[in-house]
Amino acid sequence: MNATIAEAPLEVKHLSAYYNEDRLAVQDVTMRFAHRAVTALMGPSGCGKTTLLRCLNRIHEIAPGARAEGEVLLDGENVYRNEVSVTELRRRVGMVFQRANPFPTMSIFGNVVSGLSRSVSKSDKTAAAEKALRSAALWDEVKDKLGKPATALSGGQQQRLCIARALAVEPEVLLMDEPTSSLDPISTLSVEELMTKLAKEYTIVVVTHNMQQAARVSQYAAFMLADETRAGKLIEMDETSKMFTKPSDRRTEDYITGRFG
Amino acid sequence: MMAVAEQPPYERKSHKLAIRHAISWIGTATTAVCASIGAICLLIILGYVAIQGAGAINWSFLTQLPAPVGETGGGVANGIIGTVMTVGLATIIATPLGLLCALFLAFFGRGWMPEVVRFLSDVLSGIPSIAIGLFAYILWVAPFKHFSAVSASFAFALLMLPIILRTSEEAIRSVPRTIREGALALGLSEVVTTLVIVVPAARTAIITGLLLSIARVTGETAPLLFTAFGSPFWETNPGNPMAQLPLQVFNYAISPYQSWHQIAWGGALFLILAVLVLNILARLVLTARFNR
Repeated sequence: MNATIAEAPLEVKHLSAYYNEDRLAVQDVTMRFAHRAVTALMGPSGCGKTTLLRCLNRIHEIAPGARAEGEVLLDGENVYRNEVSVTELRRRVGMVFQRANPFPTMSIFGNVVSGLSRSVSKSDKTAAAEKALRSAALWDEVKDKLGKPATALSGGQQQRLCIARALAVEPEVLLMDEPTSSLDPISTLSVEELMTKLAKEYTIVVVTHNMQQAARVSQYAAFMLADETRAGKLIEMDETSKMFTKPSDRRTEDYITGRFG
Repeated sequence: MMAVAEQPPYERKSHKLAIRHAISWIGTATTAVCASIGAICLLIILGYVAIQGAGAINWSFLTQLPAPVGETGGGVANGIIGTVMTVGLATIIATPLGLLCALFLAFFGRGWMPEVVRFLSDVLSGIPSIAIGLFAYILWVAPFKHFSAVSASFAFALLMLPIILRTSEEAIRSVPRTIREGALALGLSEVVTTLVIVVPAARTAIITGLLLSIARVTGETAPLLFTAFGSPFWETNPGNPMAQLPLQVFNYAISPYQSWHQIAWGGALFLILAVLVLNILARLVLTARFNR
């Protein structure tokens, strides 16, 4: 059921995730995420796709009682080993959230460089901010008002600012949790174009409710579904084009053709 | 499925609607009357104090020491300085303590221990200030056989602590979870996330709570009776008894001399104005937050 992926810097093996100590939300997922490609996680609400995503940078475990079992391999090393620095991991695996979450007390510039170490010089920060804002296709819109509050930007600009903030840290992997679900169609388009552009350099994992979006932006797609105990399982994963034309599992076909979910 | 009503409900039940309107009107009128009574009482007090005290406030009132009985003039400058110093010291003691407690409650707010802390804090805010003053007396005055401004600051800090604690906790809790997650996802540590991202996002509400707690203790008199005690001199050493404006108002007001009554009214007006300014400042800080 897995497509052959030659180069996968990120991989999960037998990953299970829990909330409130014993409520199983993701059950025994094993899959690989291709280098320089967008992998879409699809499935109906409550299928565990966001939880799976949040396990990849270990942000899942900040909720009280949340934990994960199994392995997440970044360049072959399990990030759930005890000696792994969580902050170091999160610098390598950036994340963009469902709703834009710029830091409200900071300027646009302050937001972009907020992930950089305090020891980075001012001029290096300025250079890094410009690079990140250009990568996020936001530079031309904000270059004259870098000192303005980030909250003064529009919703779509705020989301691209959050992408720039994640890129400024120079991660290897970018996780995106329904990054366009609160945006209008035009902002959605600009973020999707950005994802396609970023996929040339980064390993991108995107959670999406929107099948058209998955078809537009991703090269690989995974379909998840919760069983009767609400534990999310991976049904299948393949090249996106194959998933949308001839999926190997009946449930995938039913979901994609709109029979449920 | 329910059958469609033959008559529109608003026609069938018009008499009920009239009753509802009447009840609504009675409710509105009752609350308006109650609110007016409260506001009128406040205005009467403010107006009376202003009329009685306005004449007493002048330059020498604000800059001179109290004059002995029989002499004209004199002021409450030492009391103003004393109150500012005592409240300032209390703020320095209570703020870090209250803020750290608030952080603890906001981030580790589950389980029995935070519940106990919250409960005790609520109890503390309900204890009469005179009892807090006695506590400070037993702890800080009796063992040294010496009144001091520090002991008054200690009592004030205890009065301020629950206010700072609960307002700061609410302020920190009101910062969206996604802000904290966003910071952690960037690879920032818990400490940096809390101090550089979360607390600043809550800062206006925290400052508002702080100003309100300062306003609350600035007019407190009871704990001062057996802690700061009062002094007729310039006193800037917090280890010694120190003049306090509310104490001066109290002492002058119960004296038999007409000229001292005048000073008491002036002191009362000055205190009210100071607290009013603090409250207005708190409001301005809060509205500045929403207007941004």
